[in-house]
Amino acid sequence: MSVARHWRETPGRYNLVGTKCGNCGRIYFPRRSICPECRRASFGKMEQYMLKDHGTVFTYSVVHEASADNNNLKPYAIAMIRMDDGVLVTGQLVDVDLDKVEIGMPVRAVLRKLGDESHIATINYGYKFVPKDK
Amino acid sequence: MDVGIVSYGAYVPRYRITPAEIGKTWGIDGEAMGKGLLIHMKSVPSPDEDVITIATEAARNMMSRCNVDPKHIGAVYVGSESHPYAVKPSGTVVAEAIRATPEMTAADLEFACKAGTAGIQMCMGLVGSKMIRYGIAIGADTSQGAPGDALEYSASAGGAAYLIGSEKIIAKINKTLSYTTDTPDFWRREGAPYPQHGGRFTGEPAYFKHIGSAAKRLFDAMGSRPEDYQHAVFHQPNGKFPTRMAKELGFNDQQIKFGLLTPFIGNTYSGAVPLGLANVLDNARPGERIFVVAYGSGAGSDAFDITVTDEIEKYNRQAAPTVADRLKDTLQLDYGRYAKFKGKIMMG
Repeated sequence: MSVARHWRETPGRYNLVGTKCGNCGRIYFPRRSICPECRRASFGKMEQYMLKDHGTVFTYSVVHEASADNNNLKPYAIAMIRMDDGVLVTGQLVDVDLDKVEIGMPVRAVLRKLGDESHIATINYGYKFVPKDK
Repeated sequence: MDVGIVSYGAYVPRYRITPAEIGKTWGIDGEAMGKGLLIHMKSVPSPDEDVITIATEAARNMMSRCNVDPKHIGAVYVGSESHPYAVKPSGTVVAEAIRATPEMTAADLEFACKAGTAGIQMCMGLVGSKMIRYGIAIGADTSQGAPGDALEYSASAGGAAYLIGSEKIIAKINKTLSYTTDTPDFWRREGAPYPQHGGRFTGEPAYFKHIGSAAKRLFDAMGSRPEDYQHAVFHQPNGKFPTRMAKELGFNDQQIKFGLLTPFIGNTYSGAVPLGLANVLDNARPGERIFVVAYGSGAGSDAFDITVTDEIEKYNRQAAPTVADRLKDTLQLDYGRYAKFKGKIMMG
């Protein structure tokens, strides 16, 4: 993936910035240019919206065959997180005993390395999820 | 104008390894090594953590404890000797991740283990001269120790962030001064994966001389004595050095109790003094005075005289995990996973 493509995703990846439809109030992540519900009525009304960084595990799966980027982390959990704003966000679940992962588990978003394609490439950062602090 | 700490935040990775586990691999009595260094365990970064992610987590904790608009932050300085890039700042990622960009300055600092406190001094100057309203200084490291080297038993990971300003300060910095010489006790050349050190040379002419000299100059400048302070924090490459330094300067065990974290997390290098100070602030009460001396190999010491203000009573310390929270609920590693996490295994 090109440097520019990663860079364009920075607001969403670093700070969970999505969009909110100014017409119906629906929240979207990743960001969208128009609201699929309101369509034409949402033109020019889509606002930046930063999701809250907390949520719960909606569902998850354990990955045993990872890409080279994630080889050192395997096996790891990939989860769909129901954010406190109601939006579903998919991300890696890290710093956790895989035996203890369960649906409904409270989590929070953190910034982590998503991968570095080689030792001379840029390092890409973005959100992952960890168990909520006790 | 009073300048001081407006907010702070700390972060220590969740993984740990014990000296006994490391020693088992190398045929050394690791438990005895741990006792000698006064280190029970050390923190280890996850493979997806580095100085940028650690600094970001600390900075986010710092921001969540105060109501400062990130757009009022004029400077972000990240001090570390393990910045992920040789060229490209760590500070820009951290600043973007707390939404402080773009009207601000940023730079990465390096002075072995004291680049974080050097950042605090820089922010003090910028705030004191009214060039900026708030500045952030972060000390963070994912320190390196060559496999089998003595450093492997202590080199760990962690960091803390400080918001420096002049409004609603929870701790006033009464004075700072430094003591610096050219003393090559520890170094890492460009491109070298692990640092080298001068063995025993890191003690008397390096750590003890610089911390002791800065501390004595601070006592003279303030007309103070050890008994005037409730807390003291010294750089802590292991548990033994700061304990001896404190005793030599006239501090007792109670005064260094909160500021000494190395026995539980190892040597977090640039994060060491900032984390020790964070643990003191987690427990401090108004009016208490804190004596702080950082040390960076190469070599130099930054000393600070700090007084906790009444503002700390209104400050929302509970809005982020404390240092004590970070010492609980850890995940233990065996040496094999540790070697994989630290990238010590050459693949193909």
